Amino acid sequence: MPTVSKGDGMRGLAVFISDIRNCKSKEAEVKRINKELANIRSKFKGDKALDGYSKKKYVCKLLFIFLLGHDIDFGHMEAVNLLSSNKYTEKQIGYLFISVLVNSNSDLIRLINNGIKNDLLSRNPTFMNLALHCIANVGSREMAEAFAFEIPSILVAGDTMDSVKQSAALCLLRLNRTSPDLVPMGEWTARVVHLLNDQHLGVVTAATSLITTLAQKSPDDFKTSISLAVARLSRIVTSASIDLQDYTYYFVAAPWLSVKLLRLLQCYPPPEDAALRSRLTECLETILNKAQEPPKSKKVQHSNAKNAVLFEAISLIIHHDSEPTLLVRACNQLGQFLQHRETNLRYLALESMCTLASSEFSHEAVKTHIETVINALKTERDVSVRQRAVDLLYAMCDRSNAKQIVAEMLSYLETADYSIREEIVLKVAILAEKYAVDYTWYVDTVLNLIRVAGDYVSEEVWYRVIQIVINRDDVQGYAAKTVFEALQAPACHENLVKVGGYILGEFGNLIAGDSRSSPLVQFNLLHSKFHLCSVPTRALLLSAYIKFINLFPEVKATIQDVLRSDSQLRNADVELQQRAVEYLKLSCIASTDILATVLEEMPPFPERESSILAKLKRKKGPGKLPDIDENRRNVNGSTEHSENTDTTNKCSPSLLEDLLPTDRPRPSSSSPVILAARTMASTHPFTDVLNLNSTPSTGPNLLVDVFSDSSSPASVDVSEDNFSRFVCKNNGVIYENQLLQIGLKSEYRQNLGRIYVFFGNKTSTQFLSFSSFVTSSDILKSQLNVHTKTVDPIIEGGAQVQQILNIECVSDFIDAPVLSIQFRYGGALQNIAVKLPVMLNKFFQPTEMTSQDFFQRWKQLGAPQQEVQKIFKAKHPMDTDVAKAKILGFGVALLEGVDPNPANFVGAGVIHTKSTQVGCLLRLEPNDQAQMFRLTLRTSRESVSQRLCELLSEQF
Amino acid sequence: MMRFLLLFSRQGKLRLQKWFTPIPEREKKKIIREMTSLVLARQPRSCNFLHWKDLKIIYKRYASLYFCLAIENQENELLALEVIHRYVELLDKYFGNVCELDIIFNFEKAYFILDEFLMGGEIQETSKQIVNRCIESSDMLQEDDSSEWYEVELFG
Repeated sequence: MPTVSKGDGMRGLAVFISDIRNCKSKEAEVKRINKELANIRSKFKGDKALDGYSKKKYVCKLLFIFLLGHDIDFGHMEAVNLLSSNKYTEKQIGYLFISVLVNSNSDLIRLINNGIKNDLLSRNPTFMNLALHCIANVGSREMAEAFAFEIPSILVAGDTMDSVKQSAALCLLRLNRTSPDLVPMGEWTARVVHLLNDQHLGVVTAATSLITTLAQKSPDDFKTSISLAVARLSRIVTSASIDLQDYTYYFVAAPWLSVKLLRLLQCYPPPEDAALRSRLTECLETILNKAQEPPKSKKVQHSNAKNAVLFEAISLIIHHDSEPTLLVRACNQLGQFLQHRETNLRYLALESMCTLASSEFSHEAVKTHIETVINALKTERDVSVRQRAVDLLYAMCDRSNAKQIVAEMLSYLETADYSIREEIVLKVAILAEKYAVDYTWYVDTVLNLIRVAGDYVSEEVWYRVIQIVINRDDVQGYAAKTVFEALQAPACHENLVKVGGYILGEFGNLIAGDSRSSPLVQFNLLHSKFHLCSVPTRALLLSAYIKFINLFPEVKATIQDVLRSDSQLRNADVELQQRAVEYLKLSCIASTDILATVLEEMPPFPERESSILAKLKRKKGPGKLPDIDENRRNVNGSTEHSENTDTTNKCSPSLLEDLLPTDRPRPSSSSPVILAARTMASTHPFTDVLNLNSTPSTGPNLLVDVFSDSSSPASVDVSEDNFSRFVCKNNGVIYENQLLQIGLKSEYRQNLGRIYVFFGNKTSTQFLSFSSFVTSSDILKSQLNVHTKTVDPIIEGGAQVQQILNIECVSDFIDAPVLSIQFRYGGALQNIAVKLPVMLNKFFQPTEMTSQDFFQRWKQLGAPQQEVQKIFKAKHPMDTDVAKAKILGFGVALLEGVDPNPANFVGAGVIHTKSTQVGCLLRLEPNDQAQMFRLTLRTSRESVSQRLCELLSEQF
Repeated sequence: MMRFLLLFSRQGKLRLQKWFTPIPEREKKKIIREMTSLVLARQPRSCNFLHWKDLKIIYKRYASLYFCLAIENQENELLALEVIHRYVELLDKYFGNVCELDIIFNFEKAYFILDEFLMGGEIQETSKQIVNRCIESSDMLQEDDSSEWYEVELFG
């Protein structure tokens, strides 16, 4: 047997562990474990009551087995029993087992809470610490409910031991993070702040963590902590290291506490009080000075601890952003680190400088290090360091150095690691656009991007170049010439073909004067790439061709021949075939004027946030992208067109407009082209030159969720609380809990519908890995098509994001689709499922008709299976106006003067499905005295009558 | 705050896992897999920091063991390295020249020591003396109750 264990070795445990280690195969291990499990189970079930030691040993074995990765489904009770043992070690193992294995919704929580309660009341500090640790480890709501009131009093009580105070502070911090609503602020808050003055540095450290978190949430309540924190910090940085005894770490005075205090101060602006402010400035200067002193030890621990404090001080200086001298000193210090032999320091210096670059005081100072940073890009061995260098170059870029930085990034791109190429492409594209003085440089840069890293150039990037070329007539001729030249290369990337096709289709005429790029040459050049391209690109090229027919009548015949060929007209791809057919026909029958109107040059795109920037933000995650747009204005002396249009609350475009394809850069809706297309009342692709939405994008998360059985949507209770409230209305809140609010806005037209789902993050914390998708039962899938657009995986605290669902009703249906939402909040995975209020009546179109017509049809629908009738008691007060509103909301026309009894309601409408239309008549007769209704529905289809009757009768 | 601490061997065998926020078991296994492959693939003399999702991963190798600590974005990387180092020192002090086997055979002790040092993802006590005193005094406590020390072990 190997190493003798210390303390009370549990010999059986050591033997077991050693057995497991000797297992030659996974199978042998499983066998050994199963044998052990059987043994333990029989011991636990046996008649003889187990003594504490055995119980402890077996519980510990179970824990070991669990930590090896095996499931454990018993022993919890025995572990809970150990909590009430008087022996410390038994209690300790019991608590350890519970901390590791008990999840927050265990049935045992009440028993565990009982054990904890006893230990908290025991006044034995070691027992109290175990109990507090357990609360912090499990951190469940039930525990918060049980103890959130007690812990503050333990924390501030005068006679509490220091070690218990530390545990209580951190336990309270944990509960505040998991269940903030259950941790009441109270008179204890003021007393907590005074723990910053405590004699015991361990207590101060723990309290500072707690206060920092509380201050982030309610800064005003903890303002008094500023002066105490500055005083404490000042005493630490000026102390001789000996003073702090064991809190000195490798000759650095209390580094953990210093960093925590500096972090606490970052919750606030610079102190207003002048004396306090200068005392803090002194502290920061002292920390900066110490960095220049010779090290007191050669150990890396010394330099790490010292520099940890230094970096935190620099963070505070950057956060305050008010002392130019400190900022410049910080920048110089980081500049030294840029060339340090420690990789860690170079990495951190690059990272910190990114934030410094966004301060107007230090931006220029950061820029002086450009050569070092470029050198880092070229010479660093570690890709994560090179990535930080890319980030810093991006952050320090302005008009003066844009050309140099873009050139360096482009040349680095050729050899960059695959994992970061896409990000670099986005950054180059953004910088090139932002700092373009002349747009010829911009066009060259993006074409270079496509040449060097075509596979990593996302749609957003090449859409953007097209938007810009279309919006700036000074660059159109140059762009046409450049893409024409670039297309000459024998092998060029498909993205270049796309850009080339689009630009020549719009502006090929600008270079057609030169015989070397005559219309025919242009066309032949484009068409030589056609067969190598994917379907979407070919579709785009076809649109370019029809544009050519308009621009250059002389190539009309050639192009018509191409369109007429079997490979186009009979293409297996329906989109290509349709385009070929329609374009050919258009070119044959339309007059020159009509052709010129339909195929007019694209109107300018409305200015909005660069979609590339949005993409980069998504990629990097919020907060990680130095904001090159906003902060630095004063320094650059330039205010470029503001790009921060708020897209989240953009009003939803009308349904009709959106029946046109959307996933592409779209010209403003007033464009004549769109109008032309609208009058044709179809979704013909004339305007949809890019037509990339032919394959609706399914959420990327969907696949993952289909294949992973973790937290499958089926296991979540589907909320249908508000479902019936949406029968007669289209907008409102469908779901709400403490974290999330889900609102809906819906529009329906004939058999199509669109739902805008708004997800509101009610907390101040990000939701991560957010995904939302729609599931339907198998039957429903054939009756109702639902297309979901993906949503951002991150929802910022307090923010709202929108998701669009497109719905098509194929035939009448009963079920409703379910919206499944998943996200991570504070580390915990949240699953929510909501029944979506898509009901058959949503596809009603109201029908007005005369009394005569109504009765004629009523009689026609007289077969017994066509009529459904229900007599029911009123659930709500009977009010005529309310009833009218509900019937209208249900979707039918309310017909006045049809029923001889004016108290009755009569309605008519048509349900539109893709396969058929179902006419529907209804009559609602209220009986005020009996508080009853009689509802009669007649439709041509039994299933429709049934369903509509069910839906409507629930509403009264 | 710190989110989790993992100890694994050069072969990717997990030796200790501490999670400071509740995470489903499945997810834990996924993270462990990701961390081991991410960290073990790093070249020697690379920096000790990585960005991973919205967290920073700080790792360091001591002999045959990798210590891998995930911290939130605004936390201090260098100090996180020293959290790891202090934990190693505490283990070393307790076991005396700690090695991987000590942690395997006395895993519960490794957890207890960690619990004295960190709590709820924050530093609880940075003083080595105080932590060691706590651990030693609890060992003293258990030596009082050695009555069942020599229980016969039929099944190990």
